[in-house]
Amino acid sequence: MNRWWTYILSALVLALLIWIGLFSSRFVLYLSMRVMILAIFAMGYNILFGRTGLLSFGHAAFYATGAYGVALCTIHVHTHPVLAISVGIAAAALMALIIGFFCVRHTEIYFAMLTLAFGMMVFSLMWNVRAVTGGDDGLSGIVRAPINLGFISIPIMKDSQYYFLVLFMFVLSVLLIHRIGQSPFGLVLSGIRENHVRTEFSGLPVKRYRLAAFVISGAFAGLAGALAVLLESNVTPFAAHWSRSADPVLVSLMGGLQTFSGPLVGSVMFVVLREVIERFTHNWMLWFGLILLGIIIGFRGGIVGATASLVKRYSK
Amino acid sequence: MVQSLVHVCLTGISAGMFIWLVASGLTLIFGVLRVLNFAHGSFYMLGAYLCYTFLRFAGVNFWLGVLLGPLVVCVVGYFMERFLLRRVYPLELPYQLLLTFAMVLIFDELVKMIWGAGSIGSPTVPGLSGSVSIAGRNFPVYNLFIIAVGPLVALGLWAMLEKLWWGRIIRAAASDREMAAAIGIRVPGLYTAVFVFGAWLSALGGALAVPYVGLLTTGMGEAIIIEAFVVVVIGGLGSLKGAFLGALVIGLLTSFGTRFIPTLDMFLTFILMAVVLLWRPQGFFAEADR
Repeated sequence: MNRWWTYILSALVLALLIWIGLFSSRFVLYLSMRVMILAIFAMGYNILFGRTGLLSFGHAAFYATGAYGVALCTIHVHTHPVLAISVGIAAAALMALIIGFFCVRHTEIYFAMLTLAFGMMVFSLMWNVRAVTGGDDGLSGIVRAPINLGFISIPIMKDSQYYFLVLFMFVLSVLLIHRIGQSPFGLVLSGIRENHVRTEFSGLPVKRYRLAAFVISGAFAGLAGALAVLLESNVTPFAAHWSRSADPVLVSLMGGLQTFSGPLVGSVMFVVLREVIERFTHNWMLWFGLILLGIIIGFRGGIVGATASLVKRYSK
Repeated sequence: MVQSLVHVCLTGISAGMFIWLVASGLTLIFGVLRVLNFAHGSFYMLGAYLCYTFLRFAGVNFWLGVLLGPLVVCVVGYFMERFLLRRVYPLELPYQLLLTFAMVLIFDELVKMIWGAGSIGSPTVPGLSGSVSIAGRNFPVYNLFIIAVGPLVALGLWAMLEKLWWGRIIRAAASDREMAAAIGIRVPGLYTAVFVFGAWLSALGGALAVPYVGLLTTGMGEAIIIEAFVVVVIGGLGSLKGAFLGALVIGLLTSFGTRFIPTLDMFLTFILMAVVLLWRPQGFFAEADR
């Protein structure tokens, strides 16, 4: 029964997203794309945070690496979006592999501090190596060339066309992350979160699993950054700043940690709430901070957790 | 060349002293409460803005502003610990970090609402606004004063923790919370006191920074908290001696970096932090047994 509800709900969401893509105004299109990109970032991040229990403060670096990868590829090599996005993801994954190799030696606060240090190193490189990254101006004027598949060329120049590429990537990511969660690999990650000593005693190489989770989440962050740079057509070093690394954590927290749909719901909330609050006041961050406080003090399950317990209570 | 080196050193030391004031509170709070407080930089910022407000609008003298500003921050710190932080001690690390991060967002926006988002030019201190000639070049007197204040605070902290009875209580609670509670120490009250005291140290740094930084900006809290994190990590989380030496190292590294390799100064700082975390996670200056 429960399973069917999930299928029906997913189908409805997908139908809604396609409907938005076909009939919505540019503003709604733009917001929906932001939601999906943030959701990819947050869900990928949650493989590391919600699943494995490692709090990283450096994932903005991978997001920015993905974005810069796309930007540099389109400017210097070729404008083909598939190539550019692949380069972005590969660059982010490679960066995550190098940084993760060092970071997974620690856990808890030392892990958080290490990722912060490495993330800020990436930030300072992007800020200072002007010749490549354009310094604090960043890179701008990144074009969305058509996707040339040899026999057919799909234009993604307009927002209404690009939307479907983002949607495609989003659905692909959701399926992939869901599959990872269901796999033995995902179960090992949960095991590491619950008790890493026992997991180690079961003969599993905990550090390697941690590194794998780190690289996978870094690759998804890279994909999110890649899609974002094509949407906005520019990128600045601030994308790599440590305070940006908090975004996926906050989104997961809002939606509900350790739930699959938490980061999804959180992303919708984050983007929509921001739009709504900014209509009334310039101090969006103040309200956001207060909402966060409320969640941490009162509703640690987030929206999804609170809804689930509500449903449970009334279905008895 | 020698003149320039002397000045780069002095600049680095005086910059390091501000980081030390923030880092001392941060590391003290971590040592006792086991919470890494992201909002500690916000106390620094609040201290600076409040001190400025007392100077500008209440027309008090600078020293009174340095006294009053941090006292108001103590009240803020009290409410934050008593009504928010206290609820998350039993929770996992991410919740504690995110709670203090939420406070950063709130404090930043409140400062923007009250004082405006632009930078504020800050006044000079009568009596300390001049400069003296050191090694053939002029150096601000106020920076020399700061170089004297830092070690004084360090000395005061050391005396308090090592020589006074309530310093021993703090150390007892830091090393074993349950045992301290068992022998009759009121641990929750102690936590509040330590948090408020840490907030005061940071706000004192902010208030003293008013004439030094020249411009007050809403980003000043976030900028210094990261440096303080680096310092606290280098010195070993919870170690005051380490934080003092770490602040000196980071101050000097930054000023030498800015002078000789300006493109990589920030990079160097974080490389140092990562290397220390990987090589000696207990901190570079921590005693072997800790």
